[in-house]
Amino acid sequence: MSLVRNVLDDGLGGLDHNFVTGKLEDLVKWARSRSSWGATFGLACCAIEMMGSGGAHYDLARFGMEVWRASPRQADIMVVAGRVSQKMAPVLRQVYDQMMEPKWVISMGVCASSGGMFNNYAIIQGVDQIVPVDVYAPGCPPTPETLIHAIETLHQKIEDGEIMRRRAASGAGANLHIAEIPAQQSPIPVSLTAARSGAMA
Amino acid sequence: MSEVEQVELLHGAPVSDSRGQRVVHPSREQYIAVLKKLIDEGYVMCSDLTAVDYLTHPGRTLPAGLAAERFELVLNLTSITTRDRIRVRVQIPEGDAVVASAFDLWPGTEAMEREVFDMYGIRFDGHPDLTRILMPEDWDGHPLRKDYEIGRIPVQFKGAHS
Amino acid sequence: MTAVENVRQTNEGGQEMRSRSEIGAKELLREVGSVLRMSEAEAAKLGQIPVDPDEDQTMIINMGPQHPSTHGVLRLMLELQGETVLRCKPIIGYLHTGMEKTGEDLTFLQGGTNVTRMDYLSPLNNELVFSMATEKLLGIENDIPERAVWMRMLLSELNRMSSHLLFLATNGMDIGAVSMMLYGWREREEVLRFFQKVTGLRMNHNFIRPGGLAADLPPGWRDDVLAILEMLPSRLEEYDVLMTNQPIWRERLQGVGVITADEALALGTSGPILRSTGVAWDLRRDQPYLRYDDVEFDVIVGSYGDAFDRYAIRLDEIRESMKIVRQILDRMPSGDYRIQNKKVTPPPRARIDESMEALIHHFKIFTEGFRVPEGEVYVGIESPRGEIGCYIVSDGGPKPYRIHMRAPSFVNIQALPHMMRGGLVADAVAVISSVDPVLGEVDR
Repeated sequence: MSLVRNVLDDGLGGLDHNFVTGKLEDLVKWARSRSSWGATFGLACCAIEMMGSGGAHYDLARFGMEVWRASPRQADIMVVAGRVSQKMAPVLRQVYDQMMEPKWVISMGVCASSGGMFNNYAIIQGVDQIVPVDVYAPGCPPTPETLIHAIETLHQKIEDGEIMRRRAASGAGANLHIAEIPAQQSPIPVSLTAARSGAMA
Repeated sequence: MSEVEQVELLHGAPVSDSRGQRVVHPSREQYIAVLKKLIDEGYVMCSDLTAVDYLTHPGRTLPAGLAAERFELVLNLTSITTRDRIRVRVQIPEGDAVVASAFDLWPGTEAMEREVFDMYGIRFDGHPDLTRILMPEDWDGHPLRKDYEIGRIPVQFKGAHS
Repeated sequence: MTAVENVRQTNEGGQEMRSRSEIGAKELLREVGSVLRMSEAEAAKLGQIPVDPDEDQTMIINMGPQHPSTHGVLRLMLELQGETVLRCKPIIGYLHTGMEKTGEDLTFLQGGTNVTRMDYLSPLNNELVFSMATEKLLGIENDIPERAVWMRMLLSELNRMSSHLLFLATNGMDIGAVSMMLYGWREREEVLRFFQKVTGLRMNHNFIRPGGLAADLPPGWRDDVLAILEMLPSRLEEYDVLMTNQPIWRERLQGVGVITADEALALGTSGPILRSTGVAWDLRRDQPYLRYDDVEFDVIVGSYGDAFDRYAIRLDEIRESMKIVRQILDRMPSGDYRIQNKKVTPPPRARIDESMEALIHHFKIFTEGFRVPEGEVYVGIESPRGEIGCYIVSDGGPKPYRIHMRAPSFVNIQALPHMMRGGLVADAVAVISSVDPVLGEVDR
């Protein structure tokens, strides 16, 4: 019975692996990282840069993320893009709760990560007060390169299984902080290996 | 010999000039009547309706004879035919923060008056739906009043070398 | 922190739409008739509100605030009978940032960073109106150097182009021409790249500041602007083929969201919505600011007041903006990019090493801020969405005593219930898209 209990809690990671299920788990993690669908949670200016990174120049479709599903039931990654106000906070939590496991949260922009420049009565000072956050992407707004860096960091951690380990350790999100990539005259060509290995631990 | 300053009147309300802009100061009783006369004059567009809380700046300049109150309702009207603007400022006392609603003159003031109610607590008589618009329904207090704290939380900067 | 404890139902109480049994017939007629400024009896005849004692014919549904087509966090409560929208009530406030309160806490030099995030699709226009209001209070509005004024005009028009390109992209996607999303963003990227070269940021630039601008145009800017101007006309013609002349597009937009001139004026709308009804009101021509009375451009006016007119107006406004940018390219004067008033604009960095006075001025301007004389002022300019206005009250100190932005989308959203009534649910999306609201400035 312990077999079933572990699977319910930790998914495939809970199985006592033999060589078959070990490979299966790797396959599942690989597939998850390359075909994650985002939940549209664009709130403010960061949403515009999020849409821009889905556009032709920055092209999130290369990373499997061009599909943004408004329905939380069909989404894996919630990118909280923008400032979360007092009225929006319960909505955020409701959408997060409606998402199916496994789910991850990227907090895009400084307003979502920490309240940003709006340290006042109206803005939640960081969405980690409400939902567990896995990757914080700084910037106001983060350039599309920064967002792609954040997404790729998350994908790499999904693929390694590192995310689940960090979550088990902290009890909340994975708390990955990435460096901001400043805006450039032309989009930085993204090499997948560099993007993934360059992620800060 | 001191001269008595002649205050210009427009439709019975004193007029002043603010950086080249004509400003009318009706009282609360004259407010709607003055607005109606201004509409007849051609100021058909109500560009903006907002309020100011003068709690910490009581000594502002007003036309002679006008008593300064805590709140001021400010409307900016625009005339399409003369391409002109005019401002209307009404003094509203703190204890009795009620004023007539301009909704019947311009339905477009509905959201603007709700915002003033939400942020300042000034009630509008005759408004069809005076509820909060920007803050959650169960919020306490009126945020833009001067005695409402901005709500800043103290921040420690982790990366700072001490 | 378990899920159950934290799920609060999003109930906004009195702000939500109440069902017919709760509000009663008189209130209902008032809601319908008030917009049209007619008596309740006339409204009753026009409104064709069905009598529905059991309330099983109509349904109140909620659209948003998290929704792919509401252009942000706009929440709409719709009362539907089948597919027909009977009533609509927008509920806003989901992006309320307390910017007006924050603005009272920031100096006039810092105010641009705050204000620029309100209408995040045309941030330079927000900064422009704030700077113009501050300059009017300071009394220096006629002393801004020519080059600074023409630079401001250039940036403002380019911003109008990028905002309208985004409108075309989102409007296309909302109606169904999803490829338009990719095309619009592709064009917009070129303009954003120019902004990034000039101001350092792609969005929310804080570049137009009281007294002028933050920096001069970089060398080679003419070539960049010319490249944009050469690329765009053929792309705009592509959009004409893809959308304007296409029967499906016309079917979806013509006759949808109709509003008459009287109603538009009564509701306070401005910008493309007002112009689509036939009222030729454009603040660039009617209350000219910067040097708009010196350049030639047409004001695009529609005639039917429907969503198609608003789309066509914005498409043509891109062309008019290109015309203005071309004239600015030819006529850009040389000179200072900001006023040389030591009390208002910081000294050049190099002089700080040489002059004690410059160091003190720099220090005072960046820490305490420059003092603005007492008074109040309202300045309105034409943003891509309509009239954006800035009302500042100063008490003589370095921070605004009260700053209020008259946001065009905040007022335009009031036209939504009127435009949607009687239409289909699918048209609701088209109507919202044609109003082109930006929730950042709606909620501030």
